[in-house]
Amino acid sequence: MNFISTIQNVFRGRTLATIGMIWLCVILVAALAAPIFAPFDPLDIDPIGRLQEPSWAHFFGTDHFGRDTFSRSIYGARMTVVIGLGSVVFALIIGGLIGMLSAYFTRLGHVLMRIVDVLMAFPALLLALVLMTLLERSVTNTIIVIGIVYATTTARILFGMTLKLKGEVFVDAAKCSGAGHSSILFRHILPNLISPLLVQASFIFAFAQLQAAALDFLGLGLPPEIPSWGNMLSEERIYVTRAPWLLLFPGILIIISVFSINLVGDAMRDSIDPRFKDDIAGV
Amino acid sequence: MLAYTFKRLLALIPTLLAASVLIFLFVHLIPGDPAAILLGDTATPEEIAELTHAMGLDRSLITQYFLWLGNVLQGDFGTSIFFRIPVLSVIADGAETSILLASMTMIWIMLIGIPIGILAATRHGSWVDQIASGGAMLFASIPTFWLGLYLILIFAVGLGWFPSSGFPSISDEGGLWNIRYLLLPSLTLAAPNAALIIRLVRASMLDVQREDHVRTARAKGLHPTKVAIRHVFRNAMISVAAAFGFTFAALISEAVVTETVFSLPGIGRLVVQSILRRDYPVIQGVILVIVCLYMIINLLVDLTYARLDPRVSLK
Repeated sequence: MNFISTIQNVFRGRTLATIGMIWLCVILVAALAAPIFAPFDPLDIDPIGRLQEPSWAHFFGTDHFGRDTFSRSIYGARMTVVIGLGSVVFALIIGGLIGMLSAYFTRLGHVLMRIVDVLMAFPALLLALVLMTLLERSVTNTIIVIGIVYATTTARILFGMTLKLKGEVFVDAAKCSGAGHSSILFRHILPNLISPLLVQASFIFAFAQLQAAALDFLGLGLPPEIPSWGNMLSEERIYVTRAPWLLLFPGILIIISVFSINLVGDAMRDSIDPRFKDDIAGV
Repeated sequence: MLAYTFKRLLALIPTLLAASVLIFLFVHLIPGDPAAILLGDTATPEEIAELTHAMGLDRSLITQYFLWLGNVLQGDFGTSIFFRIPVLSVIADGAETSILLASMTMIWIMLIGIPIGILAATRHGSWVDQIASGGAMLFASIPTFWLGLYLILIFAVGLGWFPSSGFPSISDEGGLWNIRYLLLPSLTLAAPNAALIIRLVRASMLDVQREDHVRTARAKGLHPTKVAIRHVFRNAMISVAAAFGFTFAALISEAVVTETVFSLPGIGRLVVQSILRRDYPVIQGVILVIVCLYMIINLLVDLTYARLDPRVSLK
């Protein structure tokens, strides 16, 4: 009941955010049931029917191999969900642990937070590019690279918030009642960080989409054979003058999705604990 | 203020050193043998071994690092494998394009971001505010390369108003008029960042509006426009100024993509191409220069911030 009332609280009176949330659910369903919704195999090549305009047979037209763009877009939703969730989980677990432990154990923090500082001296995409050159193009590696980039910001945010919470009375009370370090960190401090973490998750999810699309575009992201929206844009860009619609659909899908995540994130941030409003990324 | 500046400068050194170790290690971990790449497919193993020795690649990593660092401190970033000229002049060749692009983008960001942000804040809650805030969020959701491709398609290919790619130096034929090559790229680059500034200006103006001195100014009967500009805007700009470091980082990241889309001979495209060519000395050099620049800009932003808001340096 508590969970449902929280959700109601976030979306009440926010029509756009609600529409955004519905769109995200649509993407999730498309990703899960891609083989059911896609009229064609996303990898089926048809050299005769290449670069077709949108029609009733091919809603989004066909690409330079004659593959159905609509089916590829539906399969592309899978990568959106996988990359987004993967980067969020990676960044929140690694970054969250670094931030919390650094704030709680001051000495360890001196070392860990300096490493975070050094990584943050690199602009985000640049760090991702350099890391990506060390690794092969794969789904896991893309997730790891984007995850590392946003683990740094997450660490810094959680560091600040844990420091604030560490000084609160309930932590002292827990200490006095004999609670151990892990109990204080994970049973007393962590539950207070859940809502800011959720907001942070939404921002990472949105940034990860743009970052992954940029990596795909530069030829340093997902392997080219995987149908992702970024790869579709990257592959078809040379046909943009002959078949402008090929870039239109994957691009609009990225925009609507990122926009939706941002709307939902904003709605969550507005209904968050006022203590943390200043600490959260984004404006 | 002087002591604070000095302290901050000193604090930069360890971070910079650590960053240089990271950059050095990154590049040495990249799979592929630079000597073999340099010599091409026809090289014999003996030739490769000889060049490996000549380049010092057979020494220990630590020795190699200190040799590299020593050279860098003397302004020698090595020689590009691809261009066969010093790395520093490769970077210098890209600097004109990137600096001009960044400056034009900054002008757009301020021209678009600040007035719209003020408008949204002063009409808080109205339809103007909703369109401005919603539009800003929408623009922040557009992949830069996609926007760039469609701007090329519409304004260069379709209407033929602007050139679609490349950038001849302003010292070449055409002179300052060559700036038109940078118009579409700078607008592309400005869009997501201007969106950010709109939201920032709006948010910090709304914050300041709630403060006591603004209420006093209103209470003593000052004209609302005067209150908005003299009391709210000037204070709100402090936190906007602080965000320019962040904007600059975003600018570098997105310039990599934008310069690739518009085939501009800048530093961003140099990074991508050097990575694809495995041109190690250039990758190391460019990234080191960018990281230094980024840290200096962040420092300048912090110092400006401390100057605008004296409470900062006292902490």
